[in-house]
Amino acid sequence: MQAQEPLTILIAEDSAADRLLLSTIVRRQGHQVLTAANGAEAVEIFRRQQPHLVLMDAMMPVMDGFEAARQIKALAGETLVPIIFLTSLTESEALARCLDAGGDDFLAKPYNPVILAAKIKAMDRLRRLQATVLQQRDQIARHHDYLLNEQRVAKAVFDKVAHSGCLSAPNIRYLQSPYALFNGDLLLAAYTPAGDMHVLLGDFTGHGLPAAVGAMPLAEVFYGMTAKGYGLAETLREMNAKLKRILPVDMFCCATMLCLSFQRRSVEVWNGGMPDGYLHRIASGERVPLAARHLPLGVLSVQAFDDRTQVHPMLVGDRVFLLSDGVIDTSNADDQLFGVERLQQVFAANREPDRLFEDIEQALQDFRGEARDDVSMVEVSLLEPGQVKPSTPVYSDSGQSCPLDWSVSFEFRGATLRRFNPLPFLLQLLLEVHGLRGQSGALYSVLAELYSNALEHGVLGLDSSLKRDAAGFTRYYQLRNERLEALQEGFVRVHLQVQPQGAGGSLVIRVEDSGKGFNVARVMERPLDDVRLSGRGVSLVRQLGRNASWSDEGRSARVEFSWEVEA
Amino acid sequence: MADKNVDRDALNALREVMEDGYPELLDTFLTDSESRLVELRDAADPKALSEVAHSFKGSASNMGAVRLAELCRQLESGAKDKSPTEIVKLVAEISVEFAEVRPVYENEKHHAHTQ
Repeated sequence: MQAQEPLTILIAEDSAADRLLLSTIVRRQGHQVLTAANGAEAVEIFRRQQPHLVLMDAMMPVMDGFEAARQIKALAGETLVPIIFLTSLTESEALARCLDAGGDDFLAKPYNPVILAAKIKAMDRLRRLQATVLQQRDQIARHHDYLLNEQRVAKAVFDKVAHSGCLSAPNIRYLQSPYALFNGDLLLAAYTPAGDMHVLLGDFTGHGLPAAVGAMPLAEVFYGMTAKGYGLAETLREMNAKLKRILPVDMFCCATMLCLSFQRRSVEVWNGGMPDGYLHRIASGERVPLAARHLPLGVLSVQAFDDRTQVHPMLVGDRVFLLSDGVIDTSNADDQLFGVERLQQVFAANREPDRLFEDIEQALQDFRGEARDDVSMVEVSLLEPGQVKPSTPVYSDSGQSCPLDWSVSFEFRGATLRRFNPLPFLLQLLLEVHGLRGQSGALYSVLAELYSNALEHGVLGLDSSLKRDAAGFTRYYQLRNERLEALQEGFVRVHLQVQPQGAGGSLVIRVEDSGKGFNVARVMERPLDDVRLSGRGVSLVRQLGRNASWSDEGRSARVEFSWEVEA
Repeated sequence: MADKNVDRDALNALREVMEDGYPELLDTFLTDSESRLVELRDAADPKALSEVAHSFKGSASNMGAVRLAELCRQLESGAKDKSPTEIVKLVAEISVEFAEVRPVYENEKHHAHTQ
């Protein structure tokens, strides 16, 4: 006999001579034999010993072969237990009954050992094939479950990180599949210490876990740097550098990042590879496109990365709308893309701004015939500063080592001013003083205002009256970028002085610059509630700080903060 | 006479396959056949008759009893249509045929033992 793994074969046959003959043949072929004299016995033996294959006589007393075959197939379940009917049946109707009952083949009497061996071998092959298929199916199912579980865990971890932000703020509306992370879509939002809002809509290349992998470090940089008071440029540079370092070459992240300032009523935008976003001016109905001007994050080297942003003025109620390419790249049955034009048509037809998402979704569904799960949209609107309530940061130190009597001076010169943002560093330093933590928002806003006044109006010599209208506003920020890029000389000095005062203490901030100064008396004459686009900085400093004053023809600003004993 | 009714090649093949078990197979066949003959005579209805004939046909063909198998086949397929007289006649023919071939198997057994 050729090498075939021995099988356990059940022979069910009521004729003793035939049973003996067949048992002998099968045993000689190297298999183990079990015998039954009727169908009921056959089922019972099968139940107890699970043979690999059954040779079954059709006509038997007690229970015939047809019924026994049915019961054995039912017991075997998904496992293939081939049943070969032993029969001299000639009528086609009887043969059909064998097949109906689950028979896989026939063997006619008189028995031919060679044919029997060939049939057993063929059936064994079929049996193994089925076993392999089942095994592989189960393996695939296990892998699938495993993958789903991994995704669940990854999503749970990521949700913890993502939800540390302020996506639930009253001025944010968004639409995202719960598993958008695994489509590579990412939406983050957080308040800066000054009460501005940073928003990022990103889209990683690829799908599944690889797409989700980069989201974690990106979110960490976003939240970490936003909370410390870094601006868009520094945060974007850091995100780009981090992604460039950790992602493989063919992976990157298209992203639009916004800084929405409720105080200045403006939005600062950086778009790297995302579809156009839109600034919707409610009063005029105009939609200003916020087009991609940069390569995605994670593509360029640290040196080549371009962090230049655009700043647009906004009015209360104006909205910024961002979307992922899942919207415009949705294709229909004819491989046509939804495209920007159809999106513009939805904009034009939209009557209720609050129903824009629903209108877009409906249009996509009408276009494609089914919904997609990789469509992400977000809309952020500008509120009055008083309507937003930035969350207060949580500090974990005990306060035992709080420094209370010190002063420090910095001078930031040309090349440093071009790239370095000292505000987060200064704020961290000041927040070591526990008494100042309760006013960190005001402190940061004042510091930021004094620093940008010193830099923009002082060192760069920009005229704040440019910002009177929208066109001038854009021009102002263009000039700012150009002059900053070309900056060689000049300085901004920051002096901080902290002193104990009774049970509390006081802080004096002085900021000086190398610019031409301004007419202090005229600016101070303006009323405090001035809300024009230009010159708002001074009024903000006067409202948030104490005893604000300017000297040296406006080149030196001074403001105080004080606190009572800690509660 | 009996040689015409038994396929010698089939017997040779059986001897080869069964080796030491050959006499036991012959014995089993003879005992089995005797009880089949009783069952044929006692069969209560055409269906039972047909089923016994079917089984008998199977083992007869396995054992090379060509004519016995053929008579059983006629009985199996005709059990429903033939007249009682014809059936009684056919059952009698089967008994006679078994009696005819029996010595052939007895002889085989004897041969096997003396080998």
